[in-house]
Amino acid sequence: MSEKRKYMTVPRESATFDRSTMSEIRRAADTGIYDIRGAGAKRKLPHFDDLLFLGASMSRYPLEGYREKCNTSVTLGNRFAKKPIELEIPITIAGMSFGALSAYAKEALGRGASAVGTSTTTGDGGMTPEERGQSTKLVYQYLPSRYGMNPDDLRKADAIEVVLGQGAKPGGGGMLLGQKITDRVAKMRTLPKGVDQRSACRHPDWTGPDDLEIKIKELREITDWQVPIYIKVGATRTYYDVKLAVKAGADVIVVDGMQGGTAATQDVFIEHVGIPTMAAIPQAVQALQEMGMHRKVQLIVSGGIRNGADVAKCMALGADAVAIGTAAMVALGDNDPMWEEEYQKLGSTAGSYDDWHEGRDPAGISTQDPELMKRFDPIEGGRRLANYLRVLTLEAQTLARACGKNDLRNLEPEDLVALTVESAAMARVPLAGTNWIPGQQQAF
Amino acid sequence: MSTNNLAEKAAFETINGVGTVDLSVQTVRDLNQALHDQHDEMTIEKWDVLNPKGHHNLAVGVDQKLKIDIHGPAGYYCAGMNQEAEITIHGHTGQGVAENMMSGVVRVKGNASSAAGATAHGGLLIIEGDAGSRCGISMKGVDILVKGSVGHMSCFMGQAGVLAVCGDAGDALGDSLYEAHIYVKGSVKSLGADCIEKEMRAEHIEELTELFERAGVTDQDPRDFKRYGSARQLYNFKVDNAGAY
Repeated sequence: MSEKRKYMTVPRESATFDRSTMSEIRRAADTGIYDIRGAGAKRKLPHFDDLLFLGASMSRYPLEGYREKCNTSVTLGNRFAKKPIELEIPITIAGMSFGALSAYAKEALGRGASAVGTSTTTGDGGMTPEERGQSTKLVYQYLPSRYGMNPDDLRKADAIEVVLGQGAKPGGGGMLLGQKITDRVAKMRTLPKGVDQRSACRHPDWTGPDDLEIKIKELREITDWQVPIYIKVGATRTYYDVKLAVKAGADVIVVDGMQGGTAATQDVFIEHVGIPTMAAIPQAVQALQEMGMHRKVQLIVSGGIRNGADVAKCMALGADAVAIGTAAMVALGDNDPMWEEEYQKLGSTAGSYDDWHEGRDPAGISTQDPELMKRFDPIEGGRRLANYLRVLTLEAQTLARACGKNDLRNLEPEDLVALTVESAAMARVPLAGTNWIPGQQQAF
Repeated sequence: MSTNNLAEKAAFETINGVGTVDLSVQTVRDLNQALHDQHDEMTIEKWDVLNPKGHHNLAVGVDQKLKIDIHGPAGYYCAGMNQEAEITIHGHTGQGVAENMMSGVVRVKGNASSAAGATAHGGLLIIEGDAGSRCGISMKGVDILVKGSVGHMSCFMGQAGVLAVCGDAGDALGDSLYEAHIYVKGSVKSLGADCIEKEMRAEHIEELTELFERAGVTDQDPRDFKRYGSARQLYNFKVDNAGAY
């Protein structure tokens, strides 16, 4: 008689207390410090993958993919500025600071953006000559810290972006830990070398939209009304924020969803504050439309843009352009598997590395370490970024033509359907195969 | 009275060699453009601004060694981002006077509202009356002399420069201070996080003496002041300091 077979329950991992969660509990118990990291929200969120395009067939005419033109250019900031920004593609580079990134990485962003006729953006650390020199169109961020802020650089900018917040941490200020405060970074920020720099979450000299209106006029007066002024907000109460931004006099509004990255902040902030990018766009567009300002005040959307489909979906929902940050870093070489051995030494792995604040980036991008910085070639990095931007553009054009559109900005919500009830409600497009848009029967 | 070609273009008058902008007739845009037009070639050094009546953004972004007198009260951000000019406001000013100033001298004959000298990198700001809250917030190298008192949260996150207060200071003076130097003659309602009283040594007497000289102040004795600075305990995160944040 054979021995009775024993059946064992396979060890079951808790969905609530999964390995990552428990490792964080142990880390917190060990150190007493919250986790600080870079990048954006890593949790699964309703995102653009939950949307699909309705390509043309009987009821719509498509355009020939390789013969008929599909315009990608866009003008930003023609509400008040004498010199609006003319972009050849509607994909811009989001603000990332010198300090968070090396000077070479900033240079590469300028090279790549300039090669395809788009803009790049400074960050919480002022404008470097490398970046200005390599960027044909440079947006100068006006941040609460005002590190390195000066009227000469302000007048060198092609646009000014007043930053109220960012998607990774709406309501939070910048953070650059002491490891990255080198002599040059310290000098640009007027800080002692090696301090943990935690910049303010609010602007120091205005406290609300009425004040901001005056502040924007000050910036216009200083620059003789030449350049556009953007307002950037992290996506939270987007409908109201956009209305107030228009009232305050913005030429362009940048809405950054919670998938948008940061150089460093608390993990709890990144994962638990803000709303997904997809949910923010319809709110912003509704606010602009109600004020009669859609397409007059341009909308730039950022936060988790990865491919041309994401670009096209943002534009179909009503954006005039998008901005990329994390994806641009990946294009430069961040998290490349070629550095896997070194990522492992840092307790991470290629694709997951987010300790950008520690300044030990093996790819030499988010660091101020002179030896690591040498690993990154700004010319090659710029070439890679330009290639990536071209691919995003071609992909977006492909989808637009399939929908019968000869301009990316002719894409519209009617071209989209949603795969899930959540995404249908957030994006305000019908669930695929139905005419049901959850929540649309109720006033906002 | 004469009107030259530049004056016709920029909508101002020259009266006895002084550029004169009357804001009851001309606009803030006219004023600032006229002042900016002096950058490449200074044709008129002295300027009078008449009837300011609390207008915002007066004489902002000036980048030339002009002498500008504003005859009356000014609104927000007067003399913002000033470089090199000597600007006197013969009245009170609104929020953010001389914000982000780089160099030059701004003198307020009256009181200044909140955020006076905010984030300013250089130059000298003299407030002959009182200053409101957050005077010298995030200052980055400017020297500020207030002959009266300052409000709460003054010199918050002050990075560099000197804030000297001849009167009293409100709550949370020098909160989260970096390397700015603070001197107060009167009482301090409370000190902010990481701000402590420090010894007044000879070099600090000298620093204050020099500041008084530059500001034309003759009725103050540096030895009557107390010095406040950063304890530097919050410069790098330590969990033991969590209660201070």
